[in-house]
Amino acid sequence: MTHSVIIQVGQCGNQVGCRFWDLALREHAHVNKNGVYDEALSSFFRNVDPRRSDGGGGAPGSRITALKARAVLIDMEEGVLSQVLSGPLQQLFSSTQLISNSYGSGNNWAVGHHTYGSVYHEQIVDQIRRAAEHCDCLQCFFLIHSMGGGTGSGLGTFVLRLLEDEFPDVCRIVTAVYPSAEDDVITSPYNSVLAMRELTEHAHCVLPVENQSLMDIVSKIQLMSHSSKSVSVVKKDCTIISGKGGVSKSEKPFDAMNNIVANLLLSITSSSRFEGSLNVDLSEITMNLVPFPRLHYLVSSLTPLYTLADVNVPTRRLDQMFSDAFSKEHQLMTSDPRRAMYLACALMLRGNVHMSDLRRNIQRLRPTLKFVPWNQEGWKTGVCSVPPVGHAHSLLALANNTCVRASFSDLRDRFTRLYRKKAHLHHYVCVDGMEVSGFTEALHSLSDLIEQYDTLATPSHTLPLNAPRLSIAT
Amino acid sequence: MSVVTVQLGQCGNQIGPEVLSTVYEDSTGAHARTYKECSYERFFREDAEGALVARAVLIDMEPKVIAQTIAKASGSGKWRYGEKSHFCQKQGSGNNWANGYYVHGPQHKDVVEDLVRREVERCDRLAGIFAMMSVAGGTGSGVGTYVTQCLRDTYPHSFILNHLTWPYGTGEVIVQNYNSVLTLSRLYTLSDALVVHENDTVHKICSQLMNIKHISVSDLNKVIAHQLGSMLQPAYTTDSPAHYSRNPIGEMLSSLVCHPEYKLLSMLNIPHMAQTSLEYSAYTWPGLLKHLRQMLIANARMEEGIDWKVCVPSNRAEGGRNPHVGFNRSLSNLLILRGKEVSSADGGAFKESGLYVPWLPADGTFHTWHSPVPFSGYEKLATLISNNQSLLNPLDNIVQKAWNMFASRAYIHQYTKFGISEDDFLESFTMLEQILSSYTHL
Ligand SMILES: Nc1nc2c(ncn2[C@@H]2O[C@H](COP(=O)(O)OP(=O)(O)OP(=O)(O)O)[C@@H](O)[C@H]2O)c(=O)[nH]1
Ligand SMILES: Nc1nc2c(ncn2[C@@H]2O[C@H](COP(=O)(O)OP(=O)(O)OP(=O)(O)O)[C@@H](O)[C@H]2O)c(=O)[nH]1
Ligand SMILES: [Mg+2]
Ligand SMILES: [Mg+2]
Repeated sequence: MTHSVIIQVGQCGNQVGCRFWDLALREHAHVNKNGVYDEALSSFFRNVDPRRSDGGGGAPGSRITALKARAVLIDMEEGVLSQVLSGPLQQLFSSTQLISNSYGSGNNWAVGHHTYGSVYHEQIVDQIRRAAEHCDCLQCFFLIHSMGGGTGSGLGTFVLRLLEDEFPDVCRIVTAVYPSAEDDVITSPYNSVLAMRELTEHAHCVLPVENQSLMDIVSKIQLMSHSSKSVSVVKKDCTIISGKGGVSKSEKPFDAMNNIVANLLLSITSSSRFEGSLNVDLSEITMNLVPFPRLHYLVSSLTPLYTLADVNVPTRRLDQMFSDAFSKEHQLMTSDPRRAMYLACALMLRGNVHMSDLRRNIQRLRPTLKFVPWNQEGWKTGVCSVPPVGHAHSLLALANNTCVRASFSDLRDRFTRLYRKKAHLHHYVCVDGMEVSGFTEALHSLSDLIEQYDTLATPSHTLPLNAPRLSIAT
Repeated sequence: MSVVTVQLGQCGNQIGPEVLSTVYEDSTGAHARTYKECSYERFFREDAEGALVARAVLIDMEPKVIAQTIAKASGSGKWRYGEKSHFCQKQGSGNNWANGYYVHGPQHKDVVEDLVRREVERCDRLAGIFAMMSVAGGTGSGVGTYVTQCLRDTYPHSFILNHLTWPYGTGEVIVQNYNSVLTLSRLYTLSDALVVHENDTVHKICSQLMNIKHISVSDLNKVIAHQLGSMLQPAYTTDSPAHYSRNPIGEMLSSLVCHPEYKLLSMLNIPHMAQTSLEYSAYTWPGLLKHLRQMLIANARMEEGIDWKVCVPSNRAEGGRNPHVGFNRSLSNLLILRGKEVSSADGGAFKESGLYVPWLPADGTFHTWHSPVPFSGYEKLATLISNNQSLLNPLDNIVQKAWNMFASRAYIHQYTKFGISEDDFLESFTMLEQILSSYTHL
């Protein structure tokens, strides 16, 4: 079994990360009822024997003594991390896995990236190395952070570079939470664009998630379950925003939104943790979905959002799940993949789903979607037999689709509006290591990316290909 | 004589056990003692307690599939895999042929060779090696190609037969066509023959002939195993009309692969039906063979929806560059008949010279094997293994799609980082265009 390490940076990164750990524990407790530390658990958790001082512990197959998360938690403020250490998940982390400071990055990418980057460089490398040494076969780093603040976006992308230098062969998947247009952080467009350049150049794969989309999905589910008619219809603990059954009892703001992102991470890793008839290993995701190195932004959607209490018409419901995965409302970014061009698409199923269900739905949906001419059948499919808690089956769709350019050019517009007035610029350039050219270069990088997606979406690119085949002398 | 099965990657390790179970069930259910003994000797050995152990080696780069396969076989209480006959790592090849071929293959060469050698040494006499894998992933295709190459070096005089599962046309793995092109081009020079099953065809058989509503991967595998079982189980052959043939793989290859340029084999079975309908069905040999012959010439993969208008062209010149509409020309066919009144069955209609290329001697093109023992509960069953044009279209599709992708250089960076060059790709494309051209001009 391969192992992965989660690195959560900044307030958002740590809050999302903790929702992940909580729901991961819930999921494994649901599948594994005998208290034995199994292979599936080992992918994100270590089993530590508290009586041993070397931090060693039971191998897979032994009894669970104490589980420790394969994680490094970084924040330059103390609030969130001290909550973690006093909260219900405290036993998952030892204090050495945490790196913190008390001042924060003040929503300034440069402070996070350059100032804290150089101060904490060695400490971070040490912690990550230690986490890596605990892994038998380290396959993937999951980096989680927001794009809008200073620590997550700045220091988070600094960590990304460290990973590339120190562990060039280990897959780097970044979950990046993008600010909504009305974000209260005024400098969030700067931070996001500066961070994006790093993501474009140094990540293998980015899962962009927009807060606006998360909010929309949360309110939709809440509406469904609160409207008097459907009270009995939506099963309470079977929504992707529910934390019920986890160890954290109180619900904090953002929890519902963060549960969606946690579910995304659980789904994307389910097939490498549990068995299935068509396994999808994490490395297969980049292999299949990233045709060109920079174009590695994957729009995701999770269905179903909730389970209904009555269980009639199961087949129709299954097909509905596939349709929903392609609808605008279910994307974790404000974008409409059906109206743009697919470079590639993965369907990752969990639970009781057959090959014929997959075939039928691909056939049904294919005519409604546009694919680039050189990848007309750009589908990657996987079936994991263990469904998420509370559901019979679920689907995660990951799309490499030119629709991301809409969000990216919005972001660029917001950036340019600030930058034209040189607003807040001095807070950045006064930071050691930060040059004004950093801004123009980041803007360039983003514009290049948008242009690359644009080219693939233009009509000349939608015509059928007719590359003359090699001819053979006969 | 015995066959050593080598299961590679998820697909190989899921189809392999299905084949071994099919063979086991069929032999165990048979009343004929010699048939049973011959089949057991072929695929199993006995451990100290007399329990059957498969002559198989399991190889994958991730542990989950192999663990499940081994557990399932032992759990059946009927036969099991050898305790030390598997090798797995922790992390798959990520659907990347180059990762499998250039990294994982060489890394584990010694261990894998050792496993196979130990299994080979346990055979009194080796009939051949049967390597099973898909062409679409990274391990079966990449490691599988590498392992086949090593086995070819170690056993230059043994028969090596590869069983390949071709992916659904509408992808399951996005880079499947690249992986297929790289695998097929290399295996073509290494292997003695490639027996192909297309998932699309097998899926259709499940839905239309077996009437399965919710088709799962294991349903596909049962159909594939059924066909392969009917090929591999004991039969009386041309060389061995009075005893069960001792060397099925060798005899099969010598009757089907007469020229190194033509190595693609496909299979047809008739009838195919749900187990529950078996006892209500009655067939006559002439009826079955008439259908089977038309399936052959019209290139129908199932007995349903056969185009009866297609006929053998009277004038040979019509073949070649202007192929007769829908006509599927053969180099060679092997017909295997099993079951009741098998001696009365007449395969003469498959001998017609118009079915074959003119440049082969007539006595080398068609062979019949038979066995009076009914196979897997089928009162009568005909299996046809062909070396003909039926894989031309699917192969052309694979090459076309891979070529389109290659023209835009999409995904190439994922391969070159493991040490394969664009020129290597071009070489593989050239090789396959050559094979396509050869089969087109039959
Ligand atoms: N979805 C989600 N978004 C969050 C959460 N916390 C903060 N955000 C968003 O993240 C952005 C602010 O970034 P933070 O993560 O708070 O900042 P930070 O990385 O801690 O950096 P500094 O506070 O500047 O040191 C804003 O867009 C917030 O809306 C959270 O728990 N969930
Ligand atoms: N018929 C059938 N096809 C299968 C089965 N398992 C996988 N496949 C097909 O095999 C291809 C994927 O290859 P796998 O065998 O899963 O890959 P692998 O060899 O394990 O290689 P990696 O996982 O990439 O390391 C797809 O075309 C699947 O449809 C199976 O049990 N039966
Ligand atoms: Mg903060
Ligand atoms: Mg595999």
